[in-house]
Amino acid sequence: MSEKPLISVRDLSVHFGLRGGGFGKKPVVRAVDSVDLDIEAGSFFGLVGESGSGKTTLGRALLRAVPITRGAVTYDDGEVRYDLTTIQKAELKDYRTRAQLIFQDPYAALSPRMTVRDIIAEPLEVMGLTRTREETDVRVRKIAEKCRLNLEHLRRFPHAFSGGQRQRISIARALVSKPRFIVADESVAALDVSIQADVLNLLKSIQQEMGLTFLFISHDLSVVAHICDHVAVMYLGRLVETAPTRQLFAAPKHPYTKALLSAIPSLDPDDRGKTQKLEGEIPSPTNPPPGCKFQTRCPVAIDICRKQEPKLDHAGNNHNIACHRWQELLETDTK
Amino acid sequence: MNRLLDVENLTLQFDTDEGRITAVDNVSFTLGAGEVMGLVGESGSGKSVTAKSLMKLNPDNAIYGDETKIILHLDGGPVDIMSLHTSSDLKVIRGGAISMIFQEPMASFAPAITIGNQMVEQLQIHTDMTAKKAQELSIEMLARVGISDASTRFKQFAFELSGGMRQRAMIAMALSTKPKLLIADEPTTALDVTIQAQVIDLMKDLVSEFGMGIIFITHDLGVIAQTADSVAVMYLGRLVEQGPVREVIRTPAHPYTKGLIAALPQLDDLDVPLTPIPGDIPSPLERPPGCVFNTRCAVAIEGLCTREIPLFTQVAQKHQVACHLYSEGDDK
Repeated sequence: MSEKPLISVRDLSVHFGLRGGGFGKKPVVRAVDSVDLDIEAGSFFGLVGESGSGKTTLGRALLRAVPITRGAVTYDDGEVRYDLTTIQKAELKDYRTRAQLIFQDPYAALSPRMTVRDIIAEPLEVMGLTRTREETDVRVRKIAEKCRLNLEHLRRFPHAFSGGQRQRISIARALVSKPRFIVADESVAALDVSIQADVLNLLKSIQQEMGLTFLFISHDLSVVAHICDHVAVMYLGRLVETAPTRQLFAAPKHPYTKALLSAIPSLDPDDRGKTQKLEGEIPSPTNPPPGCKFQTRCPVAIDICRKQEPKLDHAGNNHNIACHRWQELLETDTK
Repeated sequence: MNRLLDVENLTLQFDTDEGRITAVDNVSFTLGAGEVMGLVGESGSGKSVTAKSLMKLNPDNAIYGDETKIILHLDGGPVDIMSLHTSSDLKVIRGGAISMIFQEPMASFAPAITIGNQMVEQLQIHTDMTAKKAQELSIEMLARVGISDASTRFKQFAFELSGGMRQRAMIAMALSTKPKLLIADEPTTALDVTIQAQVIDLMKDLVSEFGMGIIFITHDLGVIAQTADSVAVMYLGRLVEQGPVREVIRTPAHPYTKGLIAALPQLDDLDVPLTPIPGDIPSPLERPPGCVFNTRCAVAIEGLCTREIPLFTQVAQKHQVACHLYSEGDDK
């Protein structure tokens, strides 16, 4: 990558121990397993995967909101450099102002008992970023304006707002501490398409204007295709393919990515039956299959896939693929 | 195609503390056996309320319009749904002839009863199956909607399942009584695309197997394009456009339908900017006079669209649109 990454992830694993299991070993959920990832400063980085793929956990690990089992996550914005695995309390407090999360559900994320002004002001007050109420008000108004909320809106309670407006409130709240890095976890999934486009356009313009770096977590590939410049595809705790967006959508190389793209319902009624169907569902992360994690559903899996875990291969142009057969499949695809 | 459902002049209002609000306004459509009708619209457009009216599932403050007629054609003859009042009358349709899959699977399962017991219970209410038979069928249905290890899941509670799994369990439950009409309210919205593709396939299989009609409520036009035979577009309680799925998606007539399609991120061309429809859907308390879409419509005709309610005009065979742009007989 040309620029220095803002977030650099090396061999990151997040495992959760479960209760019970009786005799022997307690079951462990390998939510994120040996992930390597660089997020360039100023990029709109997409993370896609099915539910249970570990994308939310990975996002939270980058915010140090879940304990990291193994590996390293480094945050470096030029001003400060934090190693998130060893970060101390005081530094973590500072990191929280620099890295923020936008939640999925704009209905659950906002307290019904607080006015919009108080909701947006809360991070400033909790983090002690402003000294006076006037100062807080100025910051709140400024960010609210960016998110197209007016003074009248600030006096009201969240119930008076539509989904799109509520999501704009959540965005304002996340941005008020002037963060550098934003994890947006399914932030438009709960919105109507006509509104979704509006929020996406807003996120993109704010990102460019404020020079933010986004990790945009989504299950919706068409949304990711439109808004992100780089995409990572996750499956069962592993990254299976990462590439610049256009490259990934024009020529996906991992069989899972191909299947995912093909499963998106096309707007053309004559495309019916053309989707490449994946059998079964994502296996339980407590009991992942040996070898390649995708082998149980992969239409082209062979012996080696069942035994040996593929490494993330560098295919050039920032395109990485974790598949034993990607080169071989490339040849059959072009035939 | 045999007729399955006739809805005529469905109007539904709710008495609330803030006044009487109109949720559904003079909606008419028909559905044939084995037909999949997509009902599209944003949240607040009244699509869920319309669907719930078919089972009279709306709360007590619901007031149906006098001219509302809902007829379900069953093997034993037509059933006038508006004439059903007591819960024992309604048992014929609720969970029997009509099943519904809801948007929120967590809210639809009882939290303290296992998935399996809930499935068996409804089968025993609506069929004369033995408990053992009902259990077998339930496990089979769970496996069929793509739930691995179905017999274990059968014994689990809703909270133990992932969101997607819960939704699939609900689809399994709704389909196990083999309803004549399935109302699916955003059934695949919570599912992953690969699972969504499987569920869509499953639903198509069941349509051809049982000749069941489906009303598929969704905001995802892609899902509609891949599943529905016909589509009805709803906005603020009114139908604004309806017709065969190809017609409506390829040559949308109503400005709202056009706007919905333009707002959709599409994969074939990543350079097309996403165009939101300006503004928000108005509150049902402040329904605009005239055409309900006039407050957000870029081509609204001053003095006409803000005053007169547009009537349905035929723009192509079976393709109707309620918009003043088309009402003077000029076929575009």
